[in-house]
Amino acid sequence: MSTVVDDHNHEAHHDHKPSGITRWLFTTNHKDIGSMYLWFSLIMFFVGGAMAMVIRAELFQPGLQLVEPQFFNQMTTVHGLVMIFGAVMPAFTGLANWMVPMMIGAPDMALPRMNNWSFWILPFAFVILLSSLFMEGGGPDFGWTFYAPLSTTYSNDSTALFVFAVHIMGISSIMGAINVIVTIINMRAPGMTYMKMPLFVWTWLITAFLLIAVMPVLAGAVTMVLTDKYFGTSFFNAAGGGDPVMFQHIFWFFGHPEVYIMILPSFGIISAIIPTFSRKKLFGYSSMVYATASIAILSFLVWAHHMFTTGMPVFAELFFMYCTMLIAVPTGVKVFNWVATMWRGAISFEVPMLFALAFVILFTIGGFSGVMLAMTPVDFQYHDTYFVVAHFHYVLVTGAIFSVMAASYYWLPKWTGHMYDTTLARLHFWCSLISVNVLFFPMHFAGLAGMPRRIPDYAVQFADINQITSIGGFAFGLSQLLFLWLVIKCARGGEKATAKPWDGAEGLEWTVPSPAPYHTFETPPKVE
Amino acid sequence: MKMKPLWALPLLYSASALSQERSLNLTKGVTEVSRDVYDLHMTIFYICCVIGVVVFGLMFYSMIRHRKSRGREPAKFHENVKVEILWTLIPFLILVGMAIPATSTLIAMEDTSDADVTIQVTGSQWKWHYKYFDREVEFFSRLATQQQQIDNKFDKSENYLREVDNPLVLPTGQKVRFLVTSDDVIHSWWVPDFAVKKDANPGFINEAWTRIDEPGIYRGQCAELCGKDHGFMPIVVIAKTPEDYAKWIDETEAKQIAEQKRQQELLDMEMSMDELMAMGEKIYNSTCAACHQPNGQGISGTFPALAGSPIASKPENIDKHIDIVLHGVQGSAMQAFAQQLTMQELASVITYERNAWGNDTGEMVQAADINAAMNK
Amino acid sequence: MAEQQQSYYVPPSSIWPIVGALGLGLIAWGAAHTVIEATSDTQGWGSHVLFAGFGVIAVMLFGWFRDQINETMSGLHSDQLDTSYKQGMSWFIFSEVMFFGAFFGALFYARMIAVPWLDGASNNVMTGEVLWPQFVAQWPLVETPGGTKTQAMGWYGLPLINTVILITSSITCHFAHVGLEKNKRTQLTAMLGLTIVLGMIFLYLQGTEYVHAYEELGLTLQSGVYGNTFYLLTGFHGMHVTLGTLMLIIMFLRVLKGHFTPQKHFAFQATSWYWHFVDVVWICLFVIVYVL
Ligand code: HEA
Ligand code: HEA
Ligand code: HEC
Ligand code: CUA
Ligand SMILES: [Cu+2]
Repeated sequence: MSTVVDDHNHEAHHDHKPSGITRWLFTTNHKDIGSMYLWFSLIMFFVGGAMAMVIRAELFQPGLQLVEPQFFNQMTTVHGLVMIFGAVMPAFTGLANWMVPMMIGAPDMALPRMNNWSFWILPFAFVILLSSLFMEGGGPDFGWTFYAPLSTTYSNDSTALFVFAVHIMGISSIMGAINVIVTIINMRAPGMTYMKMPLFVWTWLITAFLLIAVMPVLAGAVTMVLTDKYFGTSFFNAAGGGDPVMFQHIFWFFGHPEVYIMILPSFGIISAIIPTFSRKKLFGYSSMVYATASIAILSFLVWAHHMFTTGMPVFAELFFMYCTMLIAVPTGVKVFNWVATMWRGAISFEVPMLFALAFVILFTIGGFSGVMLAMTPVDFQYHDTYFVVAHFHYVLVTGAIFSVMAASYYWLPKWTGHMYDTTLARLHFWCSLISVNVLFFPMHFAGLAGMPRRIPDYAVQFADINQITSIGGFAFGLSQLLFLWLVIKCARGGEKATAKPWDGAEGLEWTVPSPAPYHTFETPPKVE
Repeated sequence: MKMKPLWALPLLYSASALSQERSLNLTKGVTEVSRDVYDLHMTIFYICCVIGVVVFGLMFYSMIRHRKSRGREPAKFHENVKVEILWTLIPFLILVGMAIPATSTLIAMEDTSDADVTIQVTGSQWKWHYKYFDREVEFFSRLATQQQQIDNKFDKSENYLREVDNPLVLPTGQKVRFLVTSDDVIHSWWVPDFAVKKDANPGFINEAWTRIDEPGIYRGQCAELCGKDHGFMPIVVIAKTPEDYAKWIDETEAKQIAEQKRQQELLDMEMSMDELMAMGEKIYNSTCAACHQPNGQGISGTFPALAGSPIASKPENIDKHIDIVLHGVQGSAMQAFAQQLTMQELASVITYERNAWGNDTGEMVQAADINAAMNK
Repeated sequence: MAEQQQSYYVPPSSIWPIVGALGLGLIAWGAAHTVIEATSDTQGWGSHVLFAGFGVIAVMLFGWFRDQINETMSGLHSDQLDTSYKQGMSWFIFSEVMFFGAFFGALFYARMIAVPWLDGASNNVMTGEVLWPQFVAQWPLVETPGGTKTQAMGWYGLPLINTVILITSSITCHFAHVGLEKNKRTQLTAMLGLTIVLGMIFLYLQGTEYVHAYEELGLTLQSGVYGNTFYLLTGFHGMHVTLGTLMLIIMFLRVLKGHFTPQKHFAFQATSWYWHFVDVVWICLFVIVYVL
């Protein structure tokens, strides 16, 4: 073996890619692994999206048409799980893999073999999770929040598969996060001080910290669900001295930071794109850093805003309401900084910028509904209605997903070495923008008018709103096929991209050729 | 600029939607609290709109005026401590302004003391049970919409999915306290017109209260995912003037006491197979079919089939069958029906299960058998 | 980070990560089916797949560490890489802290909130009055609201002895480390060996204690939330001690083979950190689960 090691060490100094399938299976290269994460995420986006299409088709009209209620619940649950753990989180990890080493001038991730391990766990985890849908009795049907005792005493046997799938997904995320955090702390090029790091790196540093802090708590929660269901413990059972609400506390202690895990990297992406296309430095860099850190810290103090109706004492409700409202302040700082960056810049509207602008506006709308939800007395009316569904799709789809699209359009030339078809890209943007609002905006009204979430059938007064929503949903789904087509086309060929296709762009990633060489920065670059 | 008019579309839509307040905005409701909540909702909504107009306005202004295609040269500034402090402070103050009314409304909502009427509300898969404290009145409340409407075989009625067999009856003008709990999973008792939504947690009691201003019929539904039929678990409240309410509760109480007496007397009466089967089928379809399915096949992996099941078709298991139906199966969705159904009904439904779908045992179970099993 | 010029070692492509992923996949699938089969009296492949998974992981660990050790021994590892490993290990331990945190949180919640509420504390007066009129809040919860009875586990006796053992083992582990850094190989071997023996005694005593709890005290997994938190906390701790002991044994074998230098001994250091961490968890456990 030792000879082989020598060989490879030698080889590492050439820009030589191993070929064939083993390149992907055995790789230790951050770019390969990043690409695999991104493809995986795209596939999962389509899988989760297909489930959303089942949901929307069933809800197109009142009455039960296509699926049984039991199966509907499975679709809702697995849609949520796949989108969160399969689409958004791997997309961000993929972006981190590609961009973080390049942005800080590192040769690769700090722990390249573990990097590959983190990735390859995911396909196994999702095969297990998705295959449980075909079990006797069906897959998980208790919502992505798997509240006990619905997920314990009253669930079917797919629960065990769900629990262990979540366990290994968690292991994957934790290892991925450790890798990112160590890379950032230990691998920066000389001169790349903390306050010089691009914001994408900063936001990922904090995200990685959140991941390491809360994924183990999720592991604890699923473990207790497992023992309650199969081994007769009573963590969530009053007769044994436990409490079903305790489950919710543990879950949301993970769950709330989790939603910021899904938005902080977006903030980093947007903070890279807006300055580029405004041709102006990011306004308030250091306040951006502090705001990100404040959001992360506050995120540990607000979890029970998902639980206002569970009957907590008043003082607890007040505490969680105040803390939740406070999050609007640092988030506002970010939004204002972006606007100030654009102010008196020289703005142009390339596709990444279009997505970034849509992000700022639509995410802010989602944030506003978040602040409304934070007001405890009013949340009693909103809670578990489509108003909440509208809120989180605004922050997740037009927030997280749009930011991933923006990032893809921004860095695709760097990844593939080709320019993509900008006409197609614009078409994708406008189709998505319009349909996504037709899809999610009316949900606010359905929720206010009193339509609960997670129901397969509804009262006739909600029929019109749901019809509009479903049409928007189908249109949005079809629009994403444009994206798939565009990415494939761009990966296979196209106009050669220069090292720096955007004239206003800054950062180390634009100093290397496009496509980025297999090994970048074997000797660290100088950062002045 | 192409973007602006397009972006305005949803806003326009929302404005027009809000004008038809009735169906698209939050319910104003019929209690003081619900109106406070509504006002709070509108206040935050308007505040958010104003912030939105300012922020998006500046953004669009910049997008139009500061475009590269207009030959703009980018400015060089990228920091300004003063404005940064300003836009940290102003949102903070706005939030403080929002928190004050929210706090007082919340404190009022959580004060359940000095109630005139107390009602225990118990959720179970998938029906509500109401019990009036200090009165001998309690009953189950189930979805009344026909299955055929749900399956699109009949036209949908006006209150499709929002009608029940036994609505909850409450007095107006009195403080009504709800003690909300559950027998199995978590449910949530929600009536938008009262702005009351409280989770029903098994093993715990949550309190909520309301004071209704006007008589009327108010509809809501279960608001926490509770399994298969979570969408089919409505709530209907009829609010009556205190006089009408008093009359209603006296009558109902008398009726329920009489019914109990009748049940005792009926114990000695034998029913014929046909009577048992007819009644049993009715009870089965309304109470058991949600899980075990009308054809007795259950849902594999979740709810066992009764057709051909040893328990329901082997003579030696008849006691076990009765025991399961009376007391449920610990740690499963199979509830105890001893308190939910009368002895006659229990007898008939068990008879039905032992003779339907090819379980031709020919055995009959009588109310007296149930009574004996209960007193064992 | 003085020697930034030294190029960072990026390992060649390796088969082990995907073998590891396969192993975890098999374990997850196998464990789930083992649990299902065990509780529903059915026969299946569950436990076979589970063991196959462990086997694959064992092979993976062996291969991975062999490569790793070869790299170290042939001097491919820069100081910077060493730092990466150390930081990686520290964050891993942090994630473990949070994992235990979830169970300590559950213990705290059950004890300070759920149990008093069931007896009518705070805004749950009616809970106590209507639903559980017989129930009296107490901790340890020797009688649950449902009526299951059990006995509490005292802190003197075995638990106390175990505490002493584990603290001692942490000290011996530290001296082994000192021995390594000062290049006193005899001290290193002796102290390391002692640590392993102490770890094993701890595990043996813990096993005895479980038997005692199950057979004499009636304290079982089914006896309510007191037993649940007790077993999950001590159980996961025990699993960590087991893992730590295995790691120590591997270190011991490597020491015998003459591995590690006073300057470079990341693997040893990581193991010793892990051991100290396991010790700290035990002290928290002893105080919070047993004494208080
Ligand atoms: C990316 C994910 C993401 C993000 C970023 C957020 C952001 C926020 N969320 Fe959201 N949320 C979810 C994902 C997310 N959420 C999900 C998935 C759920 C449902 C889970 C489930 O039940 O399944 C949920 C549910 C949820 C609830 C529970 C609702 C319920 O079930 O009853 C609440 C309640 O407080 C809430 C609040 C907030 C708040 C206050 C923010 C804030 O961070 C928003 C801050 C941003 C702004 C406010 C806009 C910009 C600010 C300005 C322009 C400054 C000026 C503004 C003011 C002064 C108002 N969210
Ligand atoms: C990042 C996360 C994310 C994303 C991207 C989405 C995307 C979408 N979501 Fe999802 N959603 C959640 C996270 C997310 N969701 C969560 C956490 C829940 C809560 C779950 C729970 O209650 O437990 C939820 C719940 C949820 C509900 C409520 C279900 C219920 O309460 O019963 C609905 C209903 O409309 C919905 C719809 C959609 C739609 C239409 C999309 C669309 O944006 C999807 C668009 C993508 C595609 C459609 C795929 C691409 C295209 C094809 C596959 C081609 C084929 C196309 C056609 C046939 C038209 N989602
Ligand atoms: C909420 C769902 C639900 C409802 C409603 C329900 N059951 Fe059940 N039933 C179950 C479940 C789940 C089981 C399996 C219990 C177990 O063994 O774990 C079961 C088991 C049974 C069994 C034992 C079957 C066997 O072969 O083991 C009988 C008999 C039975 N139910 C009768 C009834 C009757 C009669 C009613 C109505 C009066 C009814 N059930 C209503 C869920 C339900
Ligand atoms: Cu009961 Cu939902
Ligand atoms: Cu939250």
